[in-house]
Amino acid sequence: MSAAVIVFPGSNCDRDAVSALSKHTTKQVHRVWHRETDLPKVDLVLLPGGFSYGDYLRSGAIAARSPIMKAVSKHAMRGGLVVGICNGFQVLTETHLLPGALMRNVGLKFLCKTAPLRVENTQTAFTRAYAGQESTSILIAHHDGNYFADDETLDRLEGEGQIAFRYVQNPNGSSRDIAGITNKAGNVLGMMPHPERAVDALTGQTGGLAFFESLAGALS
Amino acid sequence: MSIKTPTTLEQAQALGLNESEWAVILKRLGRAPNETELGIFSVMWSEHCSYKSSRRHLRKLPTSGDCVICGPGENAGVIDIGDGQACIFKMESHNHPSFIEPYQGAATGVGGIMRDVFTMGARPVALLNALRFGAPEHPKTRALVSGVVAGIGGYGNCVGVPTVGGETNFHAGYNGNILVNAMCVGIADTKSIFYSAAKGAGNPVLYVGAKTGRDGIHGATMASAEFDDETEAKRPTVQVGDPFTEKRLIEACLELMQTDCIVAIQDMGAAGLTSSSIEMADKGGVGIDLNLDKVPQRETHMTPVEMMLSESQERMLIVLQPGKEAQAQEIFERWELDVALIGKTTDTGHMVLHHKGQVVCDIPIAPLGDDAPNYDRPWVETPSQPAIAHSDVADADLTKALQTLMGCPDMASKRWIWEQYDRHVMADTIRASGGAADAAVVRVHGTQKALAIASDCTPRYVQADPYEGGKQVVAECWRNIIATGANPLAVTDCLNFGNPERPEIMGQFVRSIDGMAEACRALNFPVVSGNVSLYNETAGAAIPPTPTIGGVGLMGDVRTAMGFDGARAGDSLILIGKTDGWLGASLYLREIEGREAGAPPPVDLEDEKRNGLFVSDLILKGDLNAVHDLSDGGLACAAADMALASKCGVELCAHNALPAAAWFFGEDQGRYLLAVTAEQTDSILALAKGAGMTAMPVGRMQGTAVTLGDCAPLVLDLLAQTYENWMPDFMEDA
Repeated sequence: MSAAVIVFPGSNCDRDAVSALSKHTTKQVHRVWHRETDLPKVDLVLLPGGFSYGDYLRSGAIAARSPIMKAVSKHAMRGGLVVGICNGFQVLTETHLLPGALMRNVGLKFLCKTAPLRVENTQTAFTRAYAGQESTSILIAHHDGNYFADDETLDRLEGEGQIAFRYVQNPNGSSRDIAGITNKAGNVLGMMPHPERAVDALTGQTGGLAFFESLAGALS
Repeated sequence: MSIKTPTTLEQAQALGLNESEWAVILKRLGRAPNETELGIFSVMWSEHCSYKSSRRHLRKLPTSGDCVICGPGENAGVIDIGDGQACIFKMESHNHPSFIEPYQGAATGVGGIMRDVFTMGARPVALLNALRFGAPEHPKTRALVSGVVAGIGGYGNCVGVPTVGGETNFHAGYNGNILVNAMCVGIADTKSIFYSAAKGAGNPVLYVGAKTGRDGIHGATMASAEFDDETEAKRPTVQVGDPFTEKRLIEACLELMQTDCIVAIQDMGAAGLTSSSIEMADKGGVGIDLNLDKVPQRETHMTPVEMMLSESQERMLIVLQPGKEAQAQEIFERWELDVALIGKTTDTGHMVLHHKGQVVCDIPIAPLGDDAPNYDRPWVETPSQPAIAHSDVADADLTKALQTLMGCPDMASKRWIWEQYDRHVMADTIRASGGAADAAVVRVHGTQKALAIASDCTPRYVQADPYEGGKQVVAECWRNIIATGANPLAVTDCLNFGNPERPEIMGQFVRSIDGMAEACRALNFPVVSGNVSLYNETAGAAIPPTPTIGGVGLMGDVRTAMGFDGARAGDSLILIGKTDGWLGASLYLREIEGREAGAPPPVDLEDEKRNGLFVSDLILKGDLNAVHDLSDGGLACAAADMALASKCGVELCAHNALPAAAWFFGEDQGRYLLAVTAEQTDSILALAKGAGMTAMPVGRMQGTAVTLGDCAPLVLDLLAQTYENWMPDFMEDA
């Protein structure tokens, strides 16, 4: 059981992700540079937050075309677990591993605040440890977190239980208050909130602990 | 014009040099400089780079102390924080560019200060910003706030360094000249700190980072002149920031610093390639030869003077150990940054520039520093203001006054601003803006230690009395750090004033430094880095004198970090420090009576120190539930902050001798409000008495309103609305 964190040149949450994974999920965490074409043998791939290639174009658009993403897609197709957090979520929609798109926040401003969330599906590999917990709180920090998909897609996401997290108070205009979704097969998750920053009571944030515990369970 | 063509006095004057400075250049060169050489002299001797009006006065500031590893003179200050670790920090202004082009001006201010810190080997871990805008009703203010805040966020958020604190004030005195002061704090190993002295001849000079363009040419000169009606035509002198390049530059430089390749390193900030190469050569006692054809260029047909004066961002100059060129270049290429060997150090003591097969500049380096102008500008004492007598303050509805103060532009919540900043990336932020503490608290990664960081200045005090105001700036910063439970270690300063050629402005500068120096000495709080920004004037109107301080403190165990959100119903409130009810230059007088008048509160530095160390001990013993320093708006506003953060009402008692307004809103210095359990109240009061301190019970946490003596209660919900709504209402009321 091991994990890889992909490092784009503008990733800035890679260290936080490595540290949360190693502390709460698995000791075996590799950092993989964006120009690699192969992944080490891992069970989980995490695309961290940040500004992968500066995001001067659409967020995540260039990262989706970087050499390592072919290997990440293959890993996902084979059923391997993939997590995209914030910029990682944007990369996953740009790669079409997840449906929809992340547009600029409705307020047109970057927004960093603690977001109360509803855990909508505790049956996924990413959320099992939230069982019995209807709600949690995790920080958001993004400019482009306004989730959009057409109604048919949104209905399907709801029908198939693919909505993992919803905002209690929609901060960014996301369709149907969506904060995080999985793919249909349930092995790929994207979310805008940052669970890797919410694993330490001293920082006042612990809402992400159950997320990394869920991953630990899924990998064991 | 040929490169050999001598320039004239008139050309020199157009670049901001005066007749006597021109004469020194002629004497040293034995001839008139050509265009490139003149350009180099003009930026090196600009106020911004040479500190020609300020240098002799800055010497008065104490710069040494037990914790100091490197004081002023390098890119940033370095202090020891134990366990083989150092904290490297500095604050810098980007006022002029931010007024002209708020987004890019503020963004590049953040970028520049980060480079000053990582240049020395530190990973940046925290950013703060001290912002002063014009009056809210001024037609430009809203757009400036919006642009500056977006620029700060746009840069810091992308690079991935948390913006954890700062301050924002509004005053008509900044209508034509806002202040954007950015501070960066980084952490390094004491064993790998990098300096800028390029010792040794024959070493290769490596250029890395972004390409050189025509942006920012003469930015340093612009920052050394007053604004006028033509100012906005200067937009082309403002640089454009690219935080993605900065991020890669940080990672690449820190990686190179793990090797033994580097002799010296310096970022290209103000006056770009000129100041970085000259400062490195000058400090190393060597000459430098550069081939400008090798400089990576973004535009075609750039002239030597354009390349030398460009302030394109995200560039560094590195002097390498010979033979390490390939190893260094490989790192920068991997991060997809431009990298080029552009010259070498020499034993000539001259700066020689080559361009298209010709020598376009050959000047001795030492005189640029040694002969740099150093003016003893005439100054006059600021006329002293009378103290405001209690009888001179009218009776008022104090419940209403409290509500007005808590909702006034300087006091109201700045949530609208700090929610646009990523305050938590790097996952070590313990307390940030909105985190109900007097200073930001950031854990040192991988340890139990934390830094407490605060920035402070009360310009209305400095304006009324530069000397007392200067003391207060330092004292308040020290107090803010104490109130979090940290041990204050050292400061950086960012001194923003008007035109130093006017004696009354120079008087503000000189006397506030005297005050700061005295407070820094008394509180053992040395200045380790800083920046001076003069000529903050538009059409002859100077800004209020604004010497901003950024202080850093250390706490050994982050679990002891204290805030003002931990007060609980039933807690007693104890006031530490003497209260005379000082209303001169107070927020109360300004906001309630519309008067900016009177002498500011005096600062008794002995009291300040004794009170602070007493509170610090109580925090470390774990005796306190909440601590807040008293500053703007005095006791009532401190208690209101505590009530809002702790979500519990407060009942404050009236004073038996002082008039109510003076007691509740006086801004006497050196004071703290403590929340303690009812059982501990007596023992803490006894302890204070034993230590010869002034301490008194002033009320308790109770109910759901803030109540001042026998005035009508101000319900917390209403107070919260008033406090939270001002800024969004202001910004969104387009």
